[in-house]
Amino acid sequence: MSDVNLSVKIGSLELKNPVMLASGTVGYGEEISRIVDLTQVGAIITKSISLEPRKGNPPERIWETSSGMLNAIGLANIGLKRFVDEKIPFLEKINTTVICNIAASSFDEYAECVKSLKDIETIKAFEINVSCPNVKDGGLLFGNDINAVREITSLLRPITDKPLIIKLSPNTASIKDFAQAVKEEGADAVSAINTLVGTAFNIYTRKPRIKNITGGLSGPAIKPVALAKVLEISRDVDIPVIGVGGISSWEDAAEFIIAGASAVQIGTANFVNPKISEEVIEGLRSYCTAMNISDINDLVASYTL
Amino acid sequence: MSVCIDNCEVIENSQVAENIYFLKTVAPNIAREVYPGQFCNILVSDYGTPLLRRPFSVAFREKNIIGFLYDIVGMGTELLSKVDVGEKISIEGPLGNGFNIDGSLEVALLLGGGIGIAPLPFLREKLQKRGINTLTFWGSKTSGKLNLSLFDNIYFATDDGSEGFQGNVVESVGNLWSSISHANLKAYACGPTPMLIAAQNFFQEKNVPLEISVESRMACGFGICQGCPIKSADSDEYKLVCKDGPVFNSKEVVL
Ligand SMILES: Cc1cc2nc3c(=O)[nH]c(=O)nc-3n(C[C@H](O)[C@H](O)[C@H](O)COP(=O)(O)OP(=O)(O)OC[C@H]3O[C@@H](n4cnc5c(N)ncnc54)[C@H](O)[C@@H]3O)c2cc1C
Ligand SMILES: Cc1cc2nc3c(=O)[nH]c(=O)nc-3n(C[C@H](O)[C@H](O)[C@H](O)COP(=O)(O)O)c2cc1C
Ligand code: FES
Repeated sequence: MSDVNLSVKIGSLELKNPVMLASGTVGYGEEISRIVDLTQVGAIITKSISLEPRKGNPPERIWETSSGMLNAIGLANIGLKRFVDEKIPFLEKINTTVICNIAASSFDEYAECVKSLKDIETIKAFEINVSCPNVKDGGLLFGNDINAVREITSLLRPITDKPLIIKLSPNTASIKDFAQAVKEEGADAVSAINTLVGTAFNIYTRKPRIKNITGGLSGPAIKPVALAKVLEISRDVDIPVIGVGGISSWEDAAEFIIAGASAVQIGTANFVNPKISEEVIEGLRSYCTAMNISDINDLVASYTL
Repeated sequence: MSVCIDNCEVIENSQVAENIYFLKTVAPNIAREVYPGQFCNILVSDYGTPLLRRPFSVAFREKNIIGFLYDIVGMGTELLSKVDVGEKISIEGPLGNGFNIDGSLEVALLLGGGIGIAPLPFLREKLQKRGINTLTFWGSKTSGKLNLSLFDNIYFATDDGSEGFQGNVVESVGNLWSSISHANLKAYACGPTPMLIAAQNFFQEKNVPLEISVESRMACGFGICQGCPIKSADSDEYKLVCKDGPVFNSKEVVL
């Protein structure tokens, strides 16, 4: 039984398998394509793009923690124009599904970005980063404020017919309320979760390890939190959930799918093993075969509590 | 430019000086491509702790073998020192941009500070193969006799004067300056930031081109996480140590 169906649908977006590469952990695809065959993955989600280029935070930007890492990159990115001129031509060629992630520091900027990119054929969907905790005037404010997240969704929905995925912050009291709000405004799916706010100190200098003081925690350390958030949304809100947070093996991916994720994203694990996505896809296939599951969609939210 | 991730057999992993270990592995794919100044990302644990790979400069290459010189400074390097001969470790590389050897070069000065000596034996070998006269200077805190032929013909500098010149490595170059040929000279340096700054100042004043290999914390090591910025000298932007470096023309970056 090698003909397991791994293809999934997220709104109108069809993916050949449920394994995507998370924003900020694959750049714009170019560097990682030298190591991994991007045609095999379900989709790649490009680094958050803003209207104007951002040079990002000064060093130190990263710090390794127990089973995880803190990052405060500061949404360093090349800006919309260079993204279109320099990166889209490459993405066009690689024959994989491209989801464009957008970050902004004002409602207008979100709208402006989606307007400028909506007609680019290569971009199959938008993922909206409302929750990046790194940029003082951006991330946290939107992601923690349910009205702001609602407003962004309602503002962007009429601009494009392409699937709109809202990437939710875990740094809130009730993530399911956010999922419900964006569903009401017409979002096609939510991604859960972005990084958790964290920090670390050097006890000798008594200074933070990261220049920005706080950073976003990612990696295996956050997996149980991410899994609980996915479950919370999937139990209460009828919207496809894309699970992300600490996935480092096919077993992790299967766990997310069982907890309610229609698809998953791999982030930090790409840094340790750039070929991880291929291994996860193969692992899911073998698992389904072994478990007599002919369609991976049957695994979604298949938990018994 | 392809990057490999291979499980490489360890054929030597031993202490060669007080603070230096020498790791040799069979890595045909990386050995074929790598040039001096490039680095590899080594997975030091198969069990996720520590999580991230650790970057190490390639110190040695012979046929299908590559070697690394490293110092134990934390959990990752401690674990690396415990790997036995015959075991396999996952090595990703070659990564980054290495040293440039200009066609007209006649004399090369190689300066290493502490474990910053690591990339220099490989560079020296390449320079010598091209018939370029090389002088290697190594500075360390205290005497560290090396039982390694990689380090023959080195000018030592120690802070306490227990071996060689007393003072830092840049001062030791200054000490011999009058006898160093000045025509078509170039310097290469790797070591702690204060040493690189001293080298920058010294060679700038002497009007000698200098390439430096710098360090930064890294997550991915190949240009995707943006975790390793270094200030660019000619604009308000950052360069990435892993992708644009780790070797830079010393005038390109602000230390
Ligand atoms: C391009 C590059 C080439 C390098 N080449 C060599 C080499 O050939 N030989 C060698 O011994 N070391 C080299 N290093 C440094 C080496 O990567 C670190 O010493 C190692 O990652 C420490 O890991 P750890 O788990 O033992 O220590 P940790 O517990 O992670 O840290 C212990 C100490 O090491 C310092 N450190 C940790 N990571 C780095 C890093 N990436 N760069 C600089 N300092 C760090 C920390 O500031 C801390 O003081 C290189 C670093 C880079 C960026
Ligand atoms: C270095 C780094 C950069 C990131 N940049 C972005 C980004 O630009 N936009 C975004 O939406 N998420 C970004 N993320 C968050 C990831 O996409 C992901 O949601 C998070 O890391 C949790 O997944 P993981 O544990 O698998 O890494 C970044 C994460 C890391 C580690
Ligand atoms: S370490 Fe990731 S970009 Fe340099």
